[in-house]
This record gives sequence, structure tokens and C-alpha cells, in this order.
Amino acid sequence: MLKNKEQERLALEFSQGWSYAPAPESTDHVQLQERYSLFIDGKFVAPSSKKYFPTVNPATEQVIAEVAEAGKKDVDKAVKAARKAYDEVWSKMPASERGKYIFRIARLIQERAREFAVIESMDGGKPIRESRDVDIPLAANHFFYYAGWADKLSYAFPNRRPRPVGVAGQIIPWNFPLLMAAWKLAPALATGNTVVLKPAETTPLTALKLAELIRDSGLPPGVVNIVTGAGATGAALVSHPDVDKIAFTGSTEVGKMIQRAVAGTNKKVTLELGGKAANIIFEDAPLDQAVEGIVNGIYFNQGHVCCAGSRLFVQESVAHTVVRKLKDRLKTLIVGDPLDKNTDVGAINSAGQLKTIRDYIALGKSEGAEFYESPCALPQAGYWCRPTLFTGVSQSHRIAQEEIFGPVLSIQTFRTVSEVIDKANNTPYGLSAGIWTDKGSKIFNLGQQMRAGVVWANTYNKFDPTSPFGGYKESGFGREGGLQGLAPYLQFD
Amino acid sequence: MSRIPVLKTYKIYIGGKFPRTESGRFYQPEDAKGNSLGNLCRSSRKDLRNAVVAARAAFPGWSSRPAFNRGQILYRIAEVLEGRTDQFVAELVAQGSTAKAATKEVELSVDRLVYYAGWCDKYQQVFSAVNPVASNHFNFSIYEPMGVVAIVAPEESSLVGLISTLAPALAGGNVVVLLASQSKPLCSITLAEVLQTSDVPGGVVNVLTGFDSELLPHFAGHMDINAVIYGRQGADQIEALQRGAAENVKRVSLLGDRNWLEAEAHDPYLILNTQEVKTTWHPIEKVGGSASGY
Repeated sequence: MLKNKEQERLALEFSQGWSYAPAPESTDHVQLQERYSLFIDGKFVAPSSKKYFPTVNPATEQVIAEVAEAGKKDVDKAVKAARKAYDEVWSKMPASERGKYIFRIARLIQERAREFAVIESMDGGKPIRESRDVDIPLAANHFFYYAGWADKLSYAFPNRRPRPVGVAGQIIPWNFPLLMAAWKLAPALATGNTVVLKPAETTPLTALKLAELIRDSGLPPGVVNIVTGAGATGAALVSHPDVDKIAFTGSTEVGKMIQRAVAGTNKKVTLELGGKAANIIFEDAPLDQAVEGIVNGIYFNQGHVCCAGSRLFVQESVAHTVVRKLKDRLKTLIVGDPLDKNTDVGAINSAGQLKTIRDYIALGKSEGAEFYESPCALPQAGYWCRPTLFTGVSQSHRIAQEEIFGPVLSIQTFRTVSEVIDKANNTPYGLSAGIWTDKGSKIFNLGQQMRAGVVWANTYNKFDPTSPFGGYKESGFGREGGLQGLAPYLQFD
Repeated sequence: MSRIPVLKTYKIYIGGKFPRTESGRFYQPEDAKGNSLGNLCRSSRKDLRNAVVAARAAFPGWSSRPAFNRGQILYRIAEVLEGRTDQFVAELVAQGSTAKAATKEVELSVDRLVYYAGWCDKYQQVFSAVNPVASNHFNFSIYEPMGVVAIVAPEESSLVGLISTLAPALAGGNVVVLLASQSKPLCSITLAEVLQTSDVPGGVVNVLTGFDSELLPHFAGHMDINAVIYGRQGADQIEALQRGAAENVKRVSLLGDRNWLEAEAHDPYLILNTQEVKTTWHPIEKVGGSASGY
């Protein structure tokens, strides 16, 4: 007891004397229109309903622009344009020439990277450091990587005569707007398909800027069509009879609806759904590194990450130390203006998502877990949530079972390897897992035992175009990235 | 009075710089009509040694770059080469091509660079393996570059042939000492200028011009060259090369019978020609869960 008090006295006090001068990224070079229409057949066209909806900056609650709401008719128009482009141009083009268009898109994104990064942070609330250093470069790299595959498919699938599927309908989430567009478009185009893409309704702007860029690249009209809207637009795309393939990233709930909707059709489907990843810290792990990994695992992108390390398992012998270090580290996280280069944690993506997160925090408290949050101040306007953690969580708590999609960490402890394998796998999800230990033989064992599509050892939240990503179980099926990411867009003899 | 054109001095390319041959010698390749194409460096054994030293020094940096970055740089070479199409066409025409054939050769060269740019971060994925050994080990085999690769570039196909032998070695992370076509050397030095301005670090590619009869024995015998790609023909030369290569167990690839002008004269196996295979074993601790199994 005395020891604890002493430690509390010695705990680092970061709220005093540690203020950073604001370092906001300039926005004056960003070119945004007041209103965006639908990108169909190489042109921006008004929606048939004439309806537009606002997209809001979650850090200020100000409207940034209006975007079109695509109805059934518009989706049909987009699918027809995609079909025509597939039949007449794209499927006939030599693969190496197809690849050169995709290389062009990669280069254009690199050239305009900063503008995209700023818009991504304005529209979605993520810190500029993340959009600048992660989202946008990775998006460009995905196009660059898959561009090279276009004329090499027979090496990826020897003796199988790979052919494109046709028209792909793609629906993407709001947590990594441009990056998810790249994950979807790049492999689809490289394999010779044409596309109708629907970005999320709260973060449509970088996809629409990408439409401008694709137009500038000279890509034949209709090869890529981008339609904005909410759930109804997505439903129209999924149920359109002339779409050959659906690629969806989003919640498990909607994923299941899509799987039901395409039952009995010939549509190919890939689903990248929710997760509740176990991040496992063994007593022999380098603890300071592990603490950084925990922070990166759950507070990266405000926890709006399907593979977030939201369930932390710490070996009992080091649990006290890890939680103390983690709480100290939480105090140093800078929460605020997403456009400020010092910011670690930005704004919650929308008012709706903020309510979901707050409901879960209240639930965690009422379930009896011990609540802790960073003492940081929050801005007045906008949607914000402090980095939060719960200790004393048990397997039966809903905060340990359900995906919260926010900066909320549930901490449990374990004693043996066998025990933590059971606990970690005891979830309907299986997207990712983290393992922290100094012992390689333990890493490879845990890696094999985890029922999850991605395992990070002594690191977390790492992404690369060459590395396949996707889930086991109710986290979906199919992989994006790498050689395996080509297969969902191909048919074989 | 019409303007007097300024003529280009063709020098060799070592360590990112354009020196003249240390020997001070020159030779004059000729076009079909017997006109001189210019004074080219007749490189010596010492030039070769200098080039190998420069290449070896560049190897750690180039081979440890991310594959993706090497891909970007190969793509950059293609971009810069495309921009200098006219110059290469003019040189190919001077060396005896028709304008039409020359244009096609330059375009093919650019596309071939783009092709290998794409392979940089893919050949490992296609060809490496995780090996299911019977014991409790994680066992995997990956490809690594051999090191300093000497390329005796094709004699006739002086641009696309050169690029077709060079690009796979670079894509795989090797560094290169290249002997240009003896009779058609112009494009090789202009290509060196392209490389120098395309983010290719100095020393990664070194280009010599001169007589193969003089230099070939030294390419074969040099103790710090790991592999030789021979892009020409001649049974006697090949045997001498293979015999000399035994000195330090060089790997020799013979590519003299390829027609590099064919659109499909490229494949990833040319990358593997200059790769070693490395296999790593790592133990796996065997502890299971209580078979929750879901």
C-alpha cells in the first residue's frame, strides 16, 4: 500500500508545463468545391433525385461541402457505364497498357499527396500526421503495387488462365476513406475489371477528389464510377443484377445483410468486417515498447480501426507495471485539432459514432469494470473522446466482446500460454492479433494458435500493399493486399 | 552561316561520375557507311577494377532498400528515358537502325523497365516458400541478390538488349558493371546519363566501353565479381568465360540467343538468375489452448 502511494507521488505529471505551441497544417492550397456530383462515365453528373447532403468536419461541426445522394437510377447509370467500359475498352486493352494507367494514378496521388492528406483530416477527423504519413502514401503505394501485377497474373495463378470478373461494386467505410478506396480500386483495375465505388456518407471527399484525379489521368470513361450516398445507395449497388462482384468493408452486421442479399445470385463476394483483436503482452516482453504498441494498437485513428487491439491481455506478473506505464503514457497523448501536427488523437468521425462510444463507456462502468481516462482537456466544438481504458474486465463483459470502434481499451490478465490462447480466440471475430514477447519460439506458436487473419509480433497496426489483410470467422472472408488480393477479382477455368 | 553543332563527348560511367578511361586510349566505332560514330573510351583492366570497387561499395545500400523503393526507382528510369526518346532514336539511327525500328526499340525499352519495376516487390512473393518441415520449426526460403554482377551486354541489340539484361539484375538488388556493345556503344553512355538523373545511387550501375577481346578475361577472372551475364555469342568466348569464372566460383548466365525485340522477351526467371536462396530455421514452442477451437 505504501509502495503504491509512493509510486503515485512519483508518477509523471504531464499536465503541468508541457504545452505545445499550435502547429496547424495549412489549408489554403486545398481546392474544394461547395458541391460535388456523382462521377459516372468520366463526368460529374447531378443525381436524378437532385438531392444533396452535407459532409461535416467532425472537429468543428462545420459543413465542408455538399455531396450528391445517388438513388437507384443513378446506380443503374453507373453500372451501365461500367459495363460498357468493360465490354468496349477495358477488357480488350493489353494488360501492360492497363498497368500503365494504374501507375499514372499512383504517381498523381503522390504528386497531390498533401492536398489529399489535409482533406482527409478535415473530412474524417484523423490527425494530419496519420493521413500524411500513413493513409495517403499507402494509398499511392497500393496503386503502384497492383499496377505492376496487371501483366503478371499468369505468374500469380499458374496454369489457371485468370480472367476478370466484369463489373465490381465496392462499398467502403469511413475510417480510412482514401486508403480503402485504393485497396478496392487498385486490384480490381489491375485484374481488368471496371468499378462502381460507393464511399461512406460521412467521408466522401477524398474519393471525389480521387475521381477528379482519375479523370485527369486519362483513364477511359466508365472504368471507375464513384457514387455517393448512404445505406440505400449501397443496397442498390449490392442488389443490381448486372454487378458481378461485391467487395465490402464495414460492420459485421451489414456484411451479413450483404451475404444474405447475394445468396442465390452468381455474384462473387468479399467481406472485410469487424474485429475485437487480442493484444497479448507476456512477462518477457520489452515493456516500454509494448506500451507503445498498445497505444498504437487502440488509439491509432481514434480507435476507428477494424483490427484495433481493443482487448489487451497482460500476463499477471507484469500487469501492474504495464497498466501504470500505460496510464502515464495516456496522459501525454495530445487530443485535439486533427490538422495540428502535434496531435496524437483527433476527432471522433461523427456524432452518431460518438454516441455509440459513450454508450459503451457507460455500459463498461455499469458492468463493473474499472474506468480510467486521460485527464486531457477537450475542444469546445466537435466530437471528442478521451483515450480510455477499463481494468478488471472479464470475458463476459460486453466491452470485451463487442466492437466499440473508438479509443476504449479493455484490459484482462492471464497466467499461462494455454489460458491466453483460449481467451484470445474466444470471440466470433478473427481479424488480427498482437503478441509481445522476447522469445521467438513463443511468437511462432502463438502465431499459429491465433484464429486471426493477421498476427503482429512485437509490433501492431502495420500495413503494406504486399501483405494480405483480412479475417477469419465473422471478421469476413477474402484478402486484400498482396498476391492473394488479386484472386477475388478473377475467375478461373 | 549555319550554326556549328556542339558534339557530345562519350565517356565511361563509374561510381556515379563520368571519367575518361584511365588508360587514355580510344577507339572509333563506325556506322554502316564507314563513318566514325565518335571517339569512345577503350576501357582497361584498371577501369574494370575501379568499377567493381564502386559497385561493391554501393551494394549494401542498394540491396537493403525496400523492394518497393527499387520498383519506384526503376519506374523513374522509365519516366526519364521516355522523356529522352528523341535522343535515343537519333543514336540508334546513327548506329544503323531505321527511324521506325529505333522508335519501337525505345518504346519497348521503356515498357520493359516498367515491367521489371513491377516485379521488384513481387518476385519474392511468387518464388519464395515456407517449407513444411517435419520438426517443430518455422522454416522459410527467400531470395537474395548475388552481389556484383558483370553484364556483357548484347552486341547488336544495343539499347533494348542492354536494358533487358540490366533491369532484372537491378530489380533483384544487385549492383552492376556493364560492358557496352563494342560496335554500337552510344546508347549505353546516354543511358548512364539517364540512370544518373533517375535516383539510381552512384556505383549501382557502372558502364564501360571497349574491346571484349581485351576485357572479357578480366570480367571472368576478377575475384570480387559474383556473377556474369553474357549477352553475346561465340563458343570460344563462352568457354573461356566459364573457365575463368571457376576462379571464384562465379555464376554464369548465357543469354546470347535471345531476341530482345520480341514483346515477350522478358520474364521473372531472369531476376532469379542473379539471386541466391537463403533458408532460415526457427524453433516453435508447442503449447496449445484447451482446444476451444472456434
